[in-house]
Amino acid sequence: MSESFTKSTARNIFWGAAVFSFLLFLALTFDTTAALPKRDNRANLTPEVVRGKHLWETNNCIGCHTLLGEGAYFAPELGNVYIRRGGDFIKAWMKAQPTGAPGRRQMPQFNLTEEQLTDLVAFLKYASEINTEKWPPNIEG
Amino acid sequence: MQYKSQAVAKPYFVAAIGLFVGQIVFGLVMGLQYVVGDFLFPAIPFNVARMVHTNLLIVWLLFGFMGAAYYMVPEESETELHSPKLALILFWVFLVAGALTVLGYLMVPYAKLAEMTGNNLLPTMGREFLEQPLITKVGIVVVALAFLYNISMTVLKGRKTSITMVLLLGLWGLAVFFLFSFYNPANLVLDKFYWWWVVHLWVEGVWELILGALLAFVLIKVTGVDREVIEKWLYVIIAMTIITGVIGTGHHYFWIGTPGYWQWWGSAFSALEPIPFFMMTVFAFNMVNRRRRDHPNKVATLWALGTGVMAFLGAGVWGFLHTLAPVNYYTHGTQITAAHGHMAFYGAYVMVVLTIISYAMPMLRGRQANSNKSQVVEMWGFWLMTVSMVFITLFLTAAGILQTWLQRVSSTPMPFMQAQDQVAIFYWARELAGVIFLIGLVVYLFSFFIKGEEKAKA
Repeated sequence: MSESFTKSTARNIFWGAAVFSFLLFLALTFDTTAALPKRDNRANLTPEVVRGKHLWETNNCIGCHTLLGEGAYFAPELGNVYIRRGGDFIKAWMKAQPTGAPGRRQMPQFNLTEEQLTDLVAFLKYASEINTEKWPPNIEG
Repeated sequence: MQYKSQAVAKPYFVAAIGLFVGQIVFGLVMGLQYVVGDFLFPAIPFNVARMVHTNLLIVWLLFGFMGAAYYMVPEESETELHSPKLALILFWVFLVAGALTVLGYLMVPYAKLAEMTGNNLLPTMGREFLEQPLITKVGIVVVALAFLYNISMTVLKGRKTSITMVLLLGLWGLAVFFLFSFYNPANLVLDKFYWWWVVHLWVEGVWELILGALLAFVLIKVTGVDREVIEKWLYVIIAMTIITGVIGTGHHYFWIGTPGYWQWWGSAFSALEPIPFFMMTVFAFNMVNRRRRDHPNKVATLWALGTGVMAFLGAGVWGFLHTLAPVNYYTHGTQITAAHGHMAFYGAYVMVVLTIISYAMPMLRGRQANSNKSQVVEMWGFWLMTVSMVFITLFLTAAGILQTWLQRVSSTPMPFMQAQDQVAIFYWARELAGVIFLIGLVVYLFSFFIKGEEKAKA
């Protein structure tokens, strides 16, 4: 880099860039926060959904599955599983694990009660109703 | 070694490498579980192995960053560390806390661990990379603050260089953004939105400042190029990092419930994210070409150049591959993400920590460089690990492209597990590359124990 472009010029560019970027990011965050109530399905954040999210977290579901495309990539996407399979199937599936099929990927048995399964399904239903800009591309997730 | 207190870096580096070995072993377990699904089930289910794999990575990189700071800051500030004793106490606190957390993952069912460790008081667990129990998270904050106090006091009483300022800014940013890990609202969209303030603003934000500072320090030492030139480059690189990376966070806000305009902001800014990484490569090669001295530590120079190249490929090129919203619509959450994650973390952060270790460790052991024989073996480790990581990435990319096609693009989309079966051959190939990586790591470790003739005394 040329001699006329000094270190202090470079430092000033850095600080200017940092301040500008964070202010712009905060402005966009502010606007997003204002837009979210119409998109994030918060009207349906019932006590069941809140308990369901807690179950989702404390059983580390994200360690194998993805939710809205984020998580591990070892097991199916669950953001739309309520639409793909329905609540009864999800409950029956969780009760039947692990399959024990030799050589196949295994899902642990989490020993959830009927009420907990209902909460988890409520959470997955809530998640499936978030406006995700039509993602995933199809029902298979 | 110019200052006695730099010696506290040594246990940090040793611990970092030890945990690195653990990370790779669990990586191989997971890689096998991809194709032999019931391997080690139910003793170590995939989610547990993954937590151990990713959390060990984070912890050992943090050990590496802290060790690097303890080594660099006294030398840059031209003064002894504020409190070497505090640094050693923090080392043991962090190591024991990290070990207990990993043991907790392995020995106790996660739901039980959450209950035991006060997750019901303030639920923060069960989110990717932030799986640590509340007490561990609080412990991380306490250790980070005490560490920052120690380093900041040292910088304040001594010479202030651009490298230490950038390093401090990066380390303080690391601590500040980690605080968002305590915010976990029931609203999934808000949860995800601020989760990225830890994850993205770490790896595509403040960590890059740390990376830049480490690389600049080693390049000054091994090339002897004028500090003014190197620090000018450093500022330009991190300016580009921040310009592209901060709004670039938007590439995570495409499909999680956030407004559609993020597809434009995220695509446009993150498409520029390869630029700072490319500059880093040019920077490293340029400085080595203009070197004013031939430092006997050749292998540290190799690691420094490797960091530039692999960070550009992994973070820059593989990131760009799926960062544009119309592409990401199909690739989001597939093996493409896994491919990018592997090479980016290895190329940027693993390699820069191994760079500083390669430079500093001989000094800490009382010599300017290891013997030629030892360096050659370390170079073998470099090439084996780096080339096998390229292959891991290529195989995961192939798996990801096929998966995307079968499951997302095709007019008759396949269910997830059916598509996984179709790409199994690539998972086997990835596992094989992983075994070679482990061999490379063993060779790397072995190089530390080769004595041979010393070139020069420090």
